[in-house]
Amino acid sequence: MTQLISLLTSAIVFGTVILYGAVGEIVTEKSGNLNLGVPGIMYLGGIAGVAAAFFYEMHAAEPIGIVGLLLSFAAALAASMLGGLIYAFLTISLRANQNVTGLTLTIFGAGLANLFGGSLNTLAGGVGQISVAVTSRAYRAYIPALAGLGRVGQLFFSFGFMAYLAIAVALGASWFLNRSRAGLNLRAVGEDPATADAAGVNVTRYKYAATCVGAGISGLGGLYYAMDYIKGTWSTDGTIEALGWLAVALVIFATWRPARAIWSAYLFGVLYWAYNYITGLSRASIELFKMLPYVVTILVLVAVSLRRSKESQPPKSLGLSYFREER
Amino acid sequence: MNRHEPLIHIAKRDSIAWWQAWLVRLGAVVLALLTSALFIYALTRLNPVKVYGAMWEGAFGTPRRAWITARDTSILLCIGVGLAPAFMMRFWNVGAEGQVLMGGCATAAVLIYCGRSLSTPALLGLGLAASLMAGALWGIVPAVFKAKWNTNETLFTLMMNYIAIQLTCFFVTKWENPKGSNTVGIINQKTQAGWFPDLAGQQYLLNVIIVLTVTVCMFLYLKYTKQGYEISVVGQSENTARYAGISVRRVIVRTMAISGAVCGLSGFIAVAGASHTVSTSTAGGRGFTAIIVAWMSKFNTFVMILIALLLVFLEKGAIQIASQFHLNDYASNVVEGIILFFLLGSEFFIQYSVRFRSRRSEKEAEA
Repeated sequence: MTQLISLLTSAIVFGTVILYGAVGEIVTEKSGNLNLGVPGIMYLGGIAGVAAAFFYEMHAAEPIGIVGLLLSFAAALAASMLGGLIYAFLTISLRANQNVTGLTLTIFGAGLANLFGGSLNTLAGGVGQISVAVTSRAYRAYIPALAGLGRVGQLFFSFGFMAYLAIAVALGASWFLNRSRAGLNLRAVGEDPATADAAGVNVTRYKYAATCVGAGISGLGGLYYAMDYIKGTWSTDGTIEALGWLAVALVIFATWRPARAIWSAYLFGVLYWAYNYITGLSRASIELFKMLPYVVTILVLVAVSLRRSKESQPPKSLGLSYFREER
Repeated sequence: MNRHEPLIHIAKRDSIAWWQAWLVRLGAVVLALLTSALFIYALTRLNPVKVYGAMWEGAFGTPRRAWITARDTSILLCIGVGLAPAFMMRFWNVGAEGQVLMGGCATAAVLIYCGRSLSTPALLGLGLAASLMAGALWGIVPAVFKAKWNTNETLFTLMMNYIAIQLTCFFVTKWENPKGSNTVGIINQKTQAGWFPDLAGQQYLLNVIIVLTVTVCMFLYLKYTKQGYEISVVGQSENTARYAGISVRRVIVRTMAISGAVCGLSGFIAVAGASHTVSTSTAGGRGFTAIIVAWMSKFNTFVMILIALLLVFLEKGAIQIASQFHLNDYASNVVEGIILFFLLGSEFFIQYSVRFRSRRSEKEAEA
């Protein structure tokens, strides 16, 4: 039982990272933009948060956790939305190919983040690894009274606030896409921009907004990873990139529905960590085990294309640029 | 005054002279280089002119460095050439990374398991065949699903990459040498069995020759053969292809087999001809970079040489600068990203003409 609880808690922490990435990407893809820059955007969000907290903690005499938290949160949001803006400008205004632009954004974001993550401390005249302990502690704060409620407390109340924020954002996105007028317009843009345009929807504005907001949400995944998952440090091992692609996979697995992404994200977490709780696995078979989320995603992708049910298809104009004069 | 005319007017160009198109691209490269110089200056306070001097030094400073640049360019080029037929067919093969890794693993398997029993030519032949098959297999799987059920190939090939990466990690732990190091080490270090032989005293000449041959062959295949023509028809319009009696399914599967096989070949060259080991960095993101190389060059394999060379030059140069200033190698990815953003953006100005609302046209409107 203790093992199960600890598997579930690590799955939730893992799932939260990719949940942010996936919900952001769903919002973006619903506008018809297939942004393969999710890993890059998560990198940008992560490094901006860490850098902001780093400079704050370096310059403040007595750094206060909550201030570092607010600063880094704002910086992460701004940096990842800026990444989304680059993508939006190139694909929407300049009509560059979406796949290529997205991949470039991933290369760029990963490069920028790892460059600064690896050298920020050296550049600032310090030695060794970058660390923002005070801010990270604020991110990981939970209510001790609730977390102390035995197993229930451990399973539901032992996380930093961003784990709950992720659920709220996913539910909010779900409501927005299914219930609000703007959300329905957005989906119309992603399905058939020409029709939406004819109906008086400003296609360009919706695409820009969805891509930037989506990028902002995805970037929070990187922030959560840096601040909570690895406790306010930085490592250039490429984990964020792997998680970013997993977030793209999660979008497919959840068939473009943010609410479904919540439990799917935790399921991915369980699949990813399960090897830790199965005894007698060799190191080689652990590597095979880590393949599971991707295999499952391919199966879902194939199943979706076989069933052809209308609800679970990708947005119809996904990946295509829209140019009014070309109709 | 006509207030309704928008400030910027965009119209698709009918055509553009080739030299104008190249002028636009050159302008983009220059702008990108300036931006990167600014970026590097902000980090290192190094004179921007000296930056590019140091970069040149890093890429071509010594014969050894120049050969390493040539080696890396040829692998990137080979992957790009492999992607060309798929992209020409408008099949988004984002799975080059995985196809390269599978080719690399197949080659490593041959070198490890047959290293003692076979001669080097036999090993190379067997490794070549194995890598081609492994790469082709990785390409065919998504192609079959695309052809039969129209499964989204971008996402499918993307996922195949990660399966290949985990498989590679699996093989690395299986073949690790020495035990516990979590690396395969240099395969057949003592015997050098199955390594590319030196040609004219140059270690990497054979790599370059193979890749250039493949580049020329692919150019001819796409431009002058019936199959190449079929690929471009399917890429332009599947309905037209069907109407003309082309079996679209067969073309998709066949083209992806070729695309995957050439990517597998890159893995073969990377393992047997360059690193003599296998790990996830056998592909190391080049599968993704090559997508950009292939797309930018508009499927022209000769233009790919230029772009691949430019990217590898930037990579080597930025690594040189980074090591001088105790930064890490990721500086090269930043510079690469900047230059690609500019090149991607420049295509717009080649395809469309942009006209600002000028005073004169306003006067004309008044009159």
